[in-house]
Parts: sequence; C-alpha cells; structure tokens
Amino acid sequence: MLLIKCPWCGARDQSEFSCHGEAHIARPENPAALDDAQWGDYVFFRSNPKGLHRERWMHAHGCRRWFNAARDTRSDRILATYKPFESPPKIKDQKSPAEKS
Amino acid sequence: MAEKQQPKAHSPARRREPLEAKGGGAASLRELPWRGKINLRGAAPEFFKAARAALGLELPRDANTVAEGGGLLAFWLGPDEWLAHCELARAEKIMQQLAENLAGTNYAATEVTDYYTVLELSGDHAAAALARGCPLDLHLRVFKPGDCAQTRFGNASVLLHRVEAARFHVQVRWSFTEYVWDYLARAIDACRADLPQ
Repeated sequence: MLLIKCPWCGARDQSEFSCHGEAHIARPENPAALDDAQWGDYVFFRSNPKGLHRERWMHAHGCRRWFNAARDTRSDRILATYKPFESPPKIKDQKSPAEKS
Repeated sequence: MAEKQQPKAHSPARRREPLEAKGGGAASLRELPWRGKINLRGAAPEFFKAARAALGLELPRDANTVAEGGGLLAFWLGPDEWLAHCELARAEKIMQQLAENLAGTNYAATEVTDYYTVLELSGDHAAAALARGCPLDLHLRVFKPGDCAQTRFGNASVLLHRVEAARFHVQVRWSFTEYVWDYLARAIDACRADLPQ
C-alpha cells in the first residue's frame, strides 16, 4: 500500500488518487502565433525522465482537489506534494549508485 | 414554473432488511431516516459570516472535521466546500436563508438531498467490517469520534463520519446504496466468521 499525502486531507491510500501526467506545462500565451510543430509539442509531447518527475494528481475519492507531486520514477517514491498555486519545492535529483559509476 | 419535486425520502436500501448485531452478527446496519443535505461552496470572509448567520453554526475550517449546532451538521469536504445535514423539512427554508444572506457574495449552495443517503453501521466490530472495503486508517488514535473523511468503500466514494467509537455514518450516493449495503453485509458476515465461537 502506497500512502500519498494530500496537501489538504493528509496521508491517504494511493487508490483514492488519480494521476494526470506532467505538471507545470503552461499554455502558450498566444496559441495562434505557434506553428504546427510548436503546438504539437505543447499538446502531445511530454518529458519522460528517469528520476525526478513533477506530476499533477487529484484526490479523486477524497476532497477532489488537484495538487502536484514530485515523484522519483525509478523508485516510485513520492518525494513531495504541494498545492497547485505553491512554487515547487527544491529537490535534488539523486542519481542511483548504479548510474553514478 | 413547474412545481418543485418533493424529495423521494427513500433509497434502494429499503429493499434490504436492516441487520442486527443481536442476531449473532458482528455489527448492525440500517439506513438513517432521510436528511436534508446542502452542498456549500465559498471562500471569502463575508461568505463565512453570512453562512454562519444562515446556518446558525460556524463552518469547520479544519480538514476532516464536523461541526454540530442548531440541529445541523456541517462536514468539511474541501478547503472551500462543505456539506450541511439538516432535518428534511428544514432544507428548503435553509436554502432560502442562504440565498438571502449570501446575495452579492461569491458562493454556491446546492440542495443535494436526493443525491445521497446515509447508512449507519454500529457495533463492536463496525470498524473491522468497514476496514474490509476502506483503505482509511480507522484506528481510534487516527480517526476519532467527531471526525469525517471522504474516502472509498469498495469502488464507491463515501463520506464517513465517526459518530462514536463504534458507530459510523456512511454517506453514499443514492445509486451506490445497494452496492455498499451488500458489500457491508458481506463484510459483517466475514467478521462474524472470525469471532471466537
């Protein structure tokens, strides 16, 4: 059982939440000025890092509020959760021992 | 304008017999008499003032808590969302008062009387039965009497209210009533099987 800390409700079981992909993707100020490649990049393309990943989550069975989570995609460990209007906490992306060598 | 439809005041749970712990069961299960329910949203300081005047109680600001007063219960649902339970006959009056007091402020008040029903689960093994479908930590140290939590029971979203140590109110969507009832009934049965004979 994986516990996730909802910034409002506290620690709850993973099954109460739904994940909605990469966070902090700002909509372009002037979409009409973009070419197809730029617009396609905004709509479809996401980073797929091995390590620190910031994601949008929703407490679907709880308070139904959105929040952001910083998750390590290698260990599935959630390093921090924060409210949407808060600036992301600074987290050092630590490389695993195998990658360092 | 069409006449306002009266609440149905019953749910599919009336197709089920209440379960009694006395008959050898581990916990009792019944449906509570129908309550009026009002969903309330707002965040501005004047919203809280006006809501207090209309409801006669202070909306709880702490997460997962319930406020009681003036014959009403107010559940915390989110940082800007609450649910009030009242007597069925009072719901319409309270809605009118809210509309009067809150006019001009940013708010939303929605009567959801017909949307939910409330089941009561009680008995020494109530928490054990609930834990069979709910991932919440139900230990008395964590989930105390007077606390509420929106969580999951089986696949249904529920609002749990721990009224006493061994008495829970489970608010569930009307259409999920039979599902939650049957799941709870089986959980109670399974708990009974675990009891020393």
